Amino acid sequence: MSKPTLAVYKFSSCDGCQLSLLNLEDELLDLAGAVEIAYFLEARRRTLPAPYDIALVEGSVSTPHEVERIKEIRSQAKNLVAIGACATSGGIQALRNFTNLDDLAMAVYEHPEYLHALPTSTPLSEHVRVDYELWGCPINKYQAVEVIQALLQKRRPNLPTHSICLDCKRQGVVCVMAAYGIPCLGPGTRTGCGVLCPSNGRGCYGCFGPAPSADMKSVVRSMNFVERYPAEVRGLLTHISNYAPAFHQIAETPEVTRNQARGGQK
Amino acid sequence: MNQDIHIPALARVEGEGALTIRLKDGAIDDILLNIYEPPRFFEGFLHGRHYQDVPDITARICGICPVAYQMSSVQALEAALQVTISPEVRSLRQLLYCAEYIESHALHIYLLQAPDLVGYESALSLAADDPQLVRQALQLKKIGNELLKIIGGRSIHPVNTCVGGFYRWPTIEAIHNLIPDLEWARQASIDTVKWAATLNFPDFEHDYEFVALNRIDDYAIYDGDILSSSGKRISPSDFEKHYLESHVERSNALHSHTADNGTYFVGPLARLNLNYKKLRPMARQAAREIGLKFPLRNPYKGLIARAIELVHVCDLAIELANAYQPVGSSFKEIRLLPGEGVGVSEAPRGLLYHRYVVDEQGFIRFAKITPPTAQNFAQMEADLWALAPSVVNQPQEQASLSFEHLLRSYDPCISCATHFLKLRIHRT
Repeated sequence: MSKPTLAVYKFSSCDGCQLSLLNLEDELLDLAGAVEIAYFLEARRRTLPAPYDIALVEGSVSTPHEVERIKEIRSQAKNLVAIGACATSGGIQALRNFTNLDDLAMAVYEHPEYLHALPTSTPLSEHVRVDYELWGCPINKYQAVEVIQALLQKRRPNLPTHSICLDCKRQGVVCVMAAYGIPCLGPGTRTGCGVLCPSNGRGCYGCFGPAPSADMKSVVRSMNFVERYPAEVRGLLTHISNYAPAFHQIAETPEVTRNQARGGQK
Repeated sequence: MNQDIHIPALARVEGEGALTIRLKDGAIDDILLNIYEPPRFFEGFLHGRHYQDVPDITARICGICPVAYQMSSVQALEAALQVTISPEVRSLRQLLYCAEYIESHALHIYLLQAPDLVGYESALSLAADDPQLVRQALQLKKIGNELLKIIGGRSIHPVNTCVGGFYRWPTIEAIHNLIPDLEWARQASIDTVKWAATLNFPDFEHDYEFVALNRIDDYAIYDGDILSSSGKRISPSDFEKHYLESHVERSNALHSHTADNGTYFVGPLARLNLNYKKLRPMARQAAREIGLKFPLRNPYKGLIARAIELVHVCDLAIELANAYQPVGSSFKEIRLLPGEGVGVSEAPRGLLYHRYVVDEQGFIRFAKITPPTAQNFAQMEADLWALAPSVVNQPQEQASLSFEHLLRSYDPCISCATHFLKLRIHRT
């Protein structure tokens, strides 16, 4: 019996989520035994023809070519999994969605007319149907293993959606907001990183995107109390997962923008 | 008559590119290395951000070398804000950098370049015939990642680096616990050097201008002056006067050249050639034992240079881990003042330059980043020209492999798009 096939693709991104798969040092060879790694150019030169059972896609859609390419990949994949902050929410490069692309391009390139870029960087789900989403910048590699296993076992993957804040309490990590007065997006952010920032004595900056059940208004209100410099709270919301609707909607409300006049953020 | 041949090829690199080779009457007419990495405009959206966001944002430029981006950016910002870090912070940053070198070099040596030298399409296929070699490679890479995790919280986009130091000291126990693994890694690195010496590298030598950081007292990775094999030594703040970037039509990446319009070469070969005498004795001995002669002018032998650097960074990491003794606060308090600063460090792939202007409220007013691969593009193209005559008459598959191997040997970190190289040979 032939093995299920796995394909890994990269769109606009930093490579980090694909690298997370290669960082499965103890599991990589077993994974290559359990599935046929049919397309994964960062890892191998050989490619097998589509269709594929599972396609993992890293990166956001930010060029006209990528708009076409994601449709093609969707049509060739039984299961499409978006991996990482770029694929699930447009990534940090989605900051361009709130500004004029021409201004940004001029800041970096002498001849912006040579570039072939869309004015927006968007998640895969704005273009095609996505079966599962793994959030995170980068993803938690064990969540990737869980999704692959679940798909092979024909069950739903177990991907927790509660907030970081809950896990800090469970693990006995001191609350940086209550104890040190540091704004922390943990109450509004999806778990998955292992409460990294609070356990390093700093506030969460939302790499894993919004927790679906979070009350962002309350999250913002509690952070506003401890803001240390102008527009700090806005900076957290307009960071890695800036284009995730729950973050960018609250980021535009007066409660968040009122400090902006003094601050430097556009 | 044009005959276009498309070979989807360049796997095992970070990035998307196309290579076009045009032939006219049997001679090479043009070679275009076309990088269509989607631009992400980092320098543009850094504008207006608070200085403390910068190391978290610039890390996202590259998932393979986020520490390099953090190290160049915090040094630039500390220069702008006139902050002097403590010796303990400097040592821990060096240790963090060692960790990234272990992870990145092990990845490139074994998973990205070696398959070309031993005749496999990937390390996954190689593992079927030589599982022990691949398991050792993965173990080595894992030890680098573990050290990154202990210091930075996670191996990709670590969270502990800040302007002024670290958010938190890692525990002495956690650092010490990794020493036995680092000792294993050092031995595995020495074995890697010996193994690298047995590989058959293509015959290909050129008289490159090598550029790397240089220090009087040690093998420069974290900081230093900028030294060229031409003899020119400049301070980091003069970098932009001597090394210029330009935007060429076929590429979304900027290309660099020297002020007199020459190509230059950054990365492990440059570091090793310029700083060989500063290597730790154990790394020098590893090089002597395989009879290595300097200067090394074969780009494929970047693999050997990486292996020797692995010995160096493992040995250095052991010393730094043994000496690790956090004293006082893990970060300096920052007093806001407007200013401008430059930071340069040696990413695993070569020199990485950052410059920022910060305003009186601590917001970024200007950002400039010159990554190593942009500096190497022009040299890579020149090497493709030099290689092409001996390759274009080979069968397609073999020609493609030869071009790919040359490009992979540079360890290009294009890092922004699909890994896909279309080789088009136009024959007229």
